[in-house]
Amino acid sequence: MPAKLDSAVPSGPLEQKWTRHMMDSRLINPANKRKFSIIVVGSGLAGGAAAATLSELGYRVKCFCYQDSPRRAHSIAAQGGINAAKNYQNDGDSVSRLFYDTIKGGDFRSREANVHRLAEVSLNIIDQCVAQGVPFAREYGGLLDNRSFGGAQVKRTFYARGQTGQQLLLGCYQALAKEIATGGVEMHARTEMLDLVVVDGHAKGIIVRDMVSGEISSHAADAVVLATGGYGNVFYLSTNAKGCNVMAAYRAHKRGAAFANPCYTQIHPTCIPVSGEYQSKLTLMSESLRNDGRIWVPGSKSLAEKIRRGELLARDIDDADRDYYLERKYPSFGNLSPRDIASRSAKEVCDEGRGVAPTGLGVFLDFRDAILRDGREAISARYGNLFEMYDKIKGEDPYSTPMQIFPAVHYTMGGLWVDYNLMSNLPGLHVAGEANFSDHGANRLGASALMQGLADGYFVLPSTIANYLATQEPGSVTTSDSDFKRCEEDVNQRVNSLLQIDGKRSVNSFHRELGLLVWDKCGMARSREGLEEALERIPEIREEFWSNVRVPGSGEALNQELEKAGRVADFLEFAELLCHDALEREESCGGHFRVEHQFTEGDAEVQDGRTQPGEARRDDKNFCHVSAWGYNGVGEKPELTREPLEFEDVELSIRSYK
Amino acid sequence: MNLTLKVWRQESTEAKGRIEVHDAHEIPSEASFLEMLDIVNERIINDGGDPIHFDHDCREGICGMCSLTINGIPHGPERATTTCQLHMRHFRDGDTIWIEPFRAKAFPVLRDLVVDRSAFDRVIQAGGFISVRTGSAPDANATPVSKDHADTAFDAATCIGCGACVAACKNASAMLFVSAKASHLNHLPQGQPEKDRRVLKMVETMDAEGFGNCTNQYECEAVCPKSIPADNIAKLNRDYAAAQARGALQ
Repeated sequence: MPAKLDSAVPSGPLEQKWTRHMMDSRLINPANKRKFSIIVVGSGLAGGAAAATLSELGYRVKCFCYQDSPRRAHSIAAQGGINAAKNYQNDGDSVSRLFYDTIKGGDFRSREANVHRLAEVSLNIIDQCVAQGVPFAREYGGLLDNRSFGGAQVKRTFYARGQTGQQLLLGCYQALAKEIATGGVEMHARTEMLDLVVVDGHAKGIIVRDMVSGEISSHAADAVVLATGGYGNVFYLSTNAKGCNVMAAYRAHKRGAAFANPCYTQIHPTCIPVSGEYQSKLTLMSESLRNDGRIWVPGSKSLAEKIRRGELLARDIDDADRDYYLERKYPSFGNLSPRDIASRSAKEVCDEGRGVAPTGLGVFLDFRDAILRDGREAISARYGNLFEMYDKIKGEDPYSTPMQIFPAVHYTMGGLWVDYNLMSNLPGLHVAGEANFSDHGANRLGASALMQGLADGYFVLPSTIANYLATQEPGSVTTSDSDFKRCEEDVNQRVNSLLQIDGKRSVNSFHRELGLLVWDKCGMARSREGLEEALERIPEIREEFWSNVRVPGSGEALNQELEKAGRVADFLEFAELLCHDALEREESCGGHFRVEHQFTEGDAEVQDGRTQPGEARRDDKNFCHVSAWGYNGVGEKPELTREPLEFEDVELSIRSYK
Repeated sequence: MNLTLKVWRQESTEAKGRIEVHDAHEIPSEASFLEMLDIVNERIINDGGDPIHFDHDCREGICGMCSLTINGIPHGPERATTTCQLHMRHFRDGDTIWIEPFRAKAFPVLRDLVVDRSAFDRVIQAGGFISVRTGSAPDANATPVSKDHADTAFDAATCIGCGACVAACKNASAMLFVSAKASHLNHLPQGQPEKDRRVLKMVETMDAEGFGNCTNQYECEAVCPKSIPADNIAKLNRDYAAAQARGALQ
């Protein structure tokens, strides 16, 4: 790990940095581009967009995904929408406002220059997607419709019913298909990256396993792009797809890439509550529902108990006995308060014993008033598919009974450290989308993940990657290099050791045990004591895993238990990194809430009305930095390097949504 | 709930398959169908056996990765529902459930219930896109699209590419899948320049991949988890005939 990380942020005024950077960036002429090959791992919005665009530019691209088709990456499950500062609504939006909302939403822990670029590029994304045939919602005049999302007071979110991620990903997948057909992209589906190959300090290739034949092989390229998503499944239960994992990013970390701010995890306030031990995943109910749904719990514990026991129904509770706690605490943002704040508030009311699900862990999201105001048909046009989905899972009709919701792990803001060019500290290794760390700070606003994935993939990376490639001799490293052989041997050995343990417990049982622990100690509220306990317990679970896991079958065939085992093995190491980061960051900010660091009655900021007791208390003096961690060996404390965050255009303030 | 499962097991594409019987006892009725299989697999692993392989990923009905023919019906008995969104409360205690892969010549079995649907990707690569380079798009509001057209395009675009339509069809035809994509793009002004080329190429590839012909049985529509209407097939046939008449590929 270098003692200092260079963010490579260009000089000049904030609003000119990106334009100037593109002007100053290296170019590679069209004839030379085809001599360069690039590996893209992941085919979601960031990876798919990058692979398609790099191929359009003339580079030779190899793209890998673990799913059976690039169309299935988990970006597809994003429901609500994508932000862009188009100001089509004439409600006062601008690039500066989107920039500011995102910086503030991230609790002043993101890199200013990256966020401003994201806001600028947001304009091009919508144009691109519409041209690809993405069927965004339209008004009767034929122009695009917008709605609003958490943390914003303007309507800047473009959407395609509750399936925006699906439609954007299909646009991206089709662009990728077009490039596969021309031969510009060589697609490897059902292929999982198991390691990163570093040659003379540069990322030059990957080792993969063909998930059907089991064959392990090497792939070399002039640069590697990881767009492999987040690590939310370290919690076992999350809204992520079952296959989402940290392996690619963590393997890169073990080979020298710094991992930044892993403790910034997003707990989404509106998910269907857990109902039993058999549960394999949690389902999100889009944030867009908070445009019309009102969140409440009964005002008293006794009423809540009656609801939990089934003696009272939501509709039996008078308005006077309902506590619309977000509207009460945050009158100007109300039900559209940012995710971290809405989640913590739900936890608070449930901790007070006012939760409504049978487990006590649930709050109501109620459409009664919206249906009375706008009619059932209008509500159905806006959220029909989400209501259906809820009904399918819970067997309850949200038109007549309020939804029950509870926070669940949804997104991870932390990720591999990257500079302004989206390159990690390992030269040649680029990281895009949720897999990197730079744009969302300590909390991501709704409808900004799709924006960032596509910004990175379509517009940023295809331009900035040339800065690295121009310094390289194309094709200078091949798979015959000894580093590839060594790395392939490591991978083979690891696969074989997993198969040979032949213990008594299933992979899932370990994953579940780890997830419960991490959720308990490093979830919505974290304490020094709890984190230290987790750091003691994780190595014990890991040790038992490596001596008692049972992975049936062989490595030379389709073997889903083997796939899971490899991923869980990495989560068992990564969880420690997550807890170390959460322990070291002695402040509360965004999705990272340390119980020791919250405002109390006696604080001046509470007395002068800027905030209220129980809100997150940042420590800008000591923690206004990115924590980038270097790998030091399994079970060893990672090495910390700090990248100071400098705010030139924004004044750090208490984040208020009152 | 206590159930008996009759599950298709097949070690590889070349291997011969067979039906294996498993007891699924004490299954919570709130569990999803795939969670029921998770429970059964956990027990198989604990007993030293080989778990049942099946495809799945998002488990919220949108990625299209899950499949399974349940009691003879792709994605099971509930209408407009993917297997991952099918819950056990729709079965009765004591039921025997038959679980087989999506069967079609163009979808070879890879292992147990896992099939290869890459033929769908190749159909999309043949023409299921609008050729627009990144960066060359006009302003998003430069071309108004009537709400009706946008909504019709959207309805077709909700296809998740799961392949249930093929598995349900006695001819293993992919017409609903192909027509949904063609209809999505052909309904939009942005899709017009490549309209003829698109339908001719996609249909040609569909045939080459070994999918059968459509004989208007509408089994596809009945099992489609996204309720994509078979009207799209009629539109594809019209667009195809018009494209042929115009001799677009000559």
